[in-house]
Amino acid sequence: MERRYLIPYLLLLPAVLYLLGFIGYPLIQAFYLAFTKDGAFSLDTVRRAVSDYYFWDAIKNTLLFGAVIVPIQLTLAVVLALFMNRAFKGRDLGIYALIIPLTISDVAAGLIWFSMLSPYGFLNKMLMNIGIIDTPIYFFGYQYRMREFLVIVLAEIWRATSIVFVIILAGLQMISREYIEAAEVFGAGYWTRLRHIVLPMLKPSIQSALIIRTLFAMQVFGIVLILAGRDIPVLAAEGFRQMVDIKDPGVASIYALIIAGVSLVLAALYVKFLRAEYLEVGRE
Amino acid sequence: MNDEMKYLLKRIATYAVVFTIFIWVLLPLAIAFLYGFTTAEDYYNPDKIIPTKLTTKYIETILFTLGAWNGIRNSVIVAVMTIAISFLLGIPAGYAMARFIFPGKDTIKLSIVGLRMFPVIVMAIPLVILYINLRLIDTLLGVALAHTAMSLPFVILITSSIFAGVSKELEEAALVFGLTRLGAFRKITLPLTLPGLAAAAMFTFVMSWNEVFMASILTLNNRTLPALILSIVAGAGGGAAPDYYKFAAAFIMTLPAMVFVFFTRKYLVTMWGITLK
Repeated sequence: MERRYLIPYLLLLPAVLYLLGFIGYPLIQAFYLAFTKDGAFSLDTVRRAVSDYYFWDAIKNTLLFGAVIVPIQLTLAVVLALFMNRAFKGRDLGIYALIIPLTISDVAAGLIWFSMLSPYGFLNKMLMNIGIIDTPIYFFGYQYRMREFLVIVLAEIWRATSIVFVIILAGLQMISREYIEAAEVFGAGYWTRLRHIVLPMLKPSIQSALIIRTLFAMQVFGIVLILAGRDIPVLAAEGFRQMVDIKDPGVASIYALIIAGVSLVLAALYVKFLRAEYLEVGRE
Repeated sequence: MNDEMKYLLKRIATYAVVFTIFIWVLLPLAIAFLYGFTTAEDYYNPDKIIPTKLTTKYIETILFTLGAWNGIRNSVIVAVMTIAISFLLGIPAGYAMARFIFPGKDTIKLSIVGLRMFPVIVMAIPLVILYINLRLIDTLLGVALAHTAMSLPFVILITSSIFAGVSKELEEAALVFGLTRLGAFRKITLPLTLPGLAAAAMFTFVMSWNEVFMASILTLNNRTLPALILSIVAGAGGGAAPDYYKFAAAFIMTLPAMVFVFFTRKYLVTMWGITLK
């Protein structure tokens, strides 16, 4: 009998050990790289990171990017999912169209939007040929950082709203029809049902979508390098530069730890303010 | 306004929205694909919105001169290794989560959910130092091991919910008829969960195929496709490649993903609990 109790642990052990090795070890090592010098505790690396020209800008841009993009994506995804959850002809095709960007990487999405918006890109040529503008609108370049930021936001909305949409749609489909029908019997209109039944029951999906999107927004990297280069410094790209160009693993670790810290705080806030159950609970 | 009019207007509005979604998603893709084949002259000609002269010159240059072909090969190898390792470790763990009740289960599960949120960027930098010591730096296996750490929590959670979806009674019936637990798993549970597991494998593939930060940091000569494209397009000089090379690169990166989504679109959605016909 003794052995039987061990089975689940034995099944879990390899995976848990792997994760401890590959996530636990780097985490400890990152703290070590960030806060020691010659084997002793030191804030030297921190000072070097903070005094970097791009440091505060990177933090500001990353947070701003998350604050702009996550609410837009969530709103858009909820509206689209509610729309696609109704029955109509062509609904499946619409859903397919919406999930196409799911497999497109951020690097590719950056290149795709560059082809739309570059000075000789589709949008400029079209507007010039229609006669709306005489000279191309420049979206890229150091002088147009504000526009570059907006283009990154646009490209990310294009690419990554689909994952939020899929999670929300899955959540919507898990809501039992009975609740909604019961509410209808008692005379609740569409908006009342939405506010008091659908949205509260969507909370678990909204929570996981928010966490996933926020996390990835904090790690935004490829798309920024493609569309803006270093015009818009963000945390992950600065960490990359410190590691690869400047060869300063300490400062790079500090950038990584900031990303981890911010992600952790934001995820904890979502969990606190949007209480939700686990994956399996609540599923029929 | 009578009911018929209302119904008609509603229908028109519905299809207007669907049409907008199509344009919004597909137009940029179509343009990027088309521009991937545009000659430099047509691209820099302000009057030519739709190019007339098409060429595969730039795509060929990226593929064969600049090494994207090797990048594709590397990406596939890394993704396949990632699937193999993360399923080898993740399926037993997911099964344990779905079938057994044991002390500490909730804690372990919560930690795994927590690890899914762990930003991979924190791993990459210390891993470089570890990899140099282990001689894994600039190897595909090294990237695959890192990608496994990223996908494993996901694989455990998704397989556990897939296994939970197969009724326990079926397995117990098999045990009654004399199969061992492993036999019951192999003969009953595994076949029933294969489509779900295939979907999870494909999702793991996409995650690895698209990952660029770790692949860029952990390799120099053996780069995966996104890492290679990033270094060509946004290289040290910051966007050194001419525009038409960028479009060719976009085409090369996106086409395999598009083919992929075409074949797996059903699974990609059902995996999240949606049933599409």
